[in-house]
Amino acid sequence: MQHTFIALVENKPGVLNRVASLFRRRNFNIESLAVGRTERPDISRMTIVVDCQDKTDAHKIEANLYKLINVIDVQDVTHKPTVTRDLALIKVKASPEQRAEINNLAAIFRARIVDVAPDSVIVEVTGTEDKIESMIELLRPIGILEMVRTGQIAMTRGSYQGERRTPGANGNGWYERDPEEIGLAEF
Amino acid sequence: MKLSGAEILWECLIREGVEVVFGYPGGAIMPVYDAMLNYPIHHVLVRHEQGAAHMADGYSRASGKVGVAMATSGPGATNLVTGISTAMMDSSPVVFITGQVAAHLIGGDAFQETDVTGITLPITKHNYLVTRADEIAQVVREAFYIARTGRPGPVLIDICKNAQIEKTEFVYPEEVRLPGYRPPIRAPREALQRAVKLIENAKRPVILLGHGAIISGAEQVIQHFAIKTQIPVAMTLLGLGAFPASHPLSLGMMGMHGEAHCNLAIQNADLLLAFGMRFDDRVTGNLKTYAPNAKKIHVEIDPSEVHKNVRVDVPLIGDLKAIVSDLLPMVDEYDHDEWLQQIAEWKAEGDARSIMNWPNDGKLHTAHVIHDLWEMTQGGAIVTTDVGQHQMWAAQYYFMDKPKRWITSGGAGAMGFGLPSAIGAWFAHKNEEIWAVVGDGGFQMTAAELSTAVQEGANVKVAIMNNSFLGMVRQWQEFFFEKRYSAVYLHNPDFVKLADAHGVPARRVTKPEEVRPAITWARQTPGPVVLEFVVEQEDAVYPMVPAGASLHEMLRRPIRQPQS
Repeated sequence: MQHTFIALVENKPGVLNRVASLFRRRNFNIESLAVGRTERPDISRMTIVVDCQDKTDAHKIEANLYKLINVIDVQDVTHKPTVTRDLALIKVKASPEQRAEINNLAAIFRARIVDVAPDSVIVEVTGTEDKIESMIELLRPIGILEMVRTGQIAMTRGSYQGERRTPGANGNGWYERDPEEIGLAEF
Repeated sequence: MKLSGAEILWECLIREGVEVVFGYPGGAIMPVYDAMLNYPIHHVLVRHEQGAAHMADGYSRASGKVGVAMATSGPGATNLVTGISTAMMDSSPVVFITGQVAAHLIGGDAFQETDVTGITLPITKHNYLVTRADEIAQVVREAFYIARTGRPGPVLIDICKNAQIEKTEFVYPEEVRLPGYRPPIRAPREALQRAVKLIENAKRPVILLGHGAIISGAEQVIQHFAIKTQIPVAMTLLGLGAFPASHPLSLGMMGMHGEAHCNLAIQNADLLLAFGMRFDDRVTGNLKTYAPNAKKIHVEIDPSEVHKNVRVDVPLIGDLKAIVSDLLPMVDEYDHDEWLQQIAEWKAEGDARSIMNWPNDGKLHTAHVIHDLWEMTQGGAIVTTDVGQHQMWAAQYYFMDKPKRWITSGGAGAMGFGLPSAIGAWFAHKNEEIWAVVGDGGFQMTAAELSTAVQEGANVKVAIMNNSFLGMVRQWQEFFFEKRYSAVYLHNPDFVKLADAHGVPARRVTKPEEVRPAITWARQTPGPVVLEFVVEQEDAVYPMVPAGASLHEMLRRPIRQPQS
């Protein structure tokens, strides 16, 4: 099944490459990967969706991410209440007569038409994977010319935390640590 | 005071306690080599960068300190790659420093430009590309810290030429700030109690000791633990020496070429205590049938090793020494007489020590040579090896009683490791006896380092087990490919003349009775010496668990009639 991980990483050059390289090296399949800034300038946040065979796979992914020096925290939010969003821009072939139909569809999905050209429109839709997939299915018969998606981003609701199942790894508070060794931590 | 980046590098290396650097200069690292002349660090000029990497690795394994190897950009750096991956697989703390073209040239395919951080990304614990002089102090400090802490490993620093030349204020960083790097130390009480419960209930327990025992310096506390609980100890290839081979509780080496009684004990165990080992395929055989009735406790510092190959019942993540020290007062003295008796019976069917009773059939067997070497050095030498048959025989017949004296390429299985790692070990222990036991194939991969040994006066004895074959591949072709020998015969040079050309005293040994006098002569001759043993060509290493077979399905050592 698909697992969704949130990883906080140091905002440094090459970190995305390290993460991507790790997934290749350990033979995990990335379904989607979204990276962006956070409330702290020194930290980036990744939302990674991976297809896992079982729980052991999820553990392996988490534990291997921690092997990267620049990875600060990893949580698996798959089974937690989350808000997840994907954004798609879809360019649809549209004669002036078809615009109304597309407009109606967009209204149902609370999507927006963000560009109108003589023979096409661009629809912007945000939401869960499911919602975007359904929208695409309905637009397909009209004629999709181009499409781009950002990949999923996720955030847990309220005070929920994702699962941190890697004992002893950074920041999960599972294990006592020698204070002298970790005197450097503030995160 | 303003210093150049190159000077800052050496200032930092000195503060890290570096005494010796193994390297090879070139265009993109010339400022570093120029600055080196002003600093009291000894530089060893190797003949190939792979040699530098293995030397730094051997130095590190023998001393427990961080080794340092240095090379220029492009081919200099790529020649290090085999050595970097060897250090990675065997968790050796080595800092690699490479020169890089100037920062403004990066990405433009400049002369001797190679994407070294890209190439080494999956085979280093961490790596850095330094483009400015003011980054150097912080990066070097971090690199050494990362290399030696947690699960140690290689860290590479690629320094652009402009960063070596630029001058900047030298400020040595007081502390390392790595928010994403906090190696675990101790396991929680609750988890320890679960482990103790398993130990209390075990009737047939076995301790599996790996390299982690040596890295964490846990040998003493593990010995107390094993004696107190009366649990026998099996070792991985890299764990040899962590527990004295001569101790009655020692089962010797486990795995593909492990002792039969050791593998049988593991397969019949009801509890495995895996201490600082990672259930490599060479020690488990077929995972589906591995120790089927055993509960498993895994003490390991790297969380990604837990449940990787073998699902365990109680993982204890942290430093092995700290965790076993915590466990020791929690366990009682147990009586496993019945279990130890059973193992003794398996052992009586024939173990490595039975070689002492083998008849002299007039042929020169590698096993006998190793055994003679062990006896004559009273098991006290530092032994390094290459990879292959001679490595397995050395593991089986050089009974190691002490840690950090058995230096071999385990995970990576890098041929050519033996001679350079021995030279590296000599820099760690100049007064110890050091033997590089190598095969004729592996020796020729890094034989050029004989020159380095001579130039440095390294007191390293090289024992070449020459069977004119790539022996282990030949053995597999014999067993599993219907003896269709493919590309395994070596037409070798005259090794005595080769040594002679280097100014290294050498002798060739062809008969069993010549072995001991030759070893005596080598030990009495100062400086590097080469002994070529012309051994049986088609000997096979036993016992052997064929790849993919279950651990108890061994091809046993052929029984030979004891000498009357």
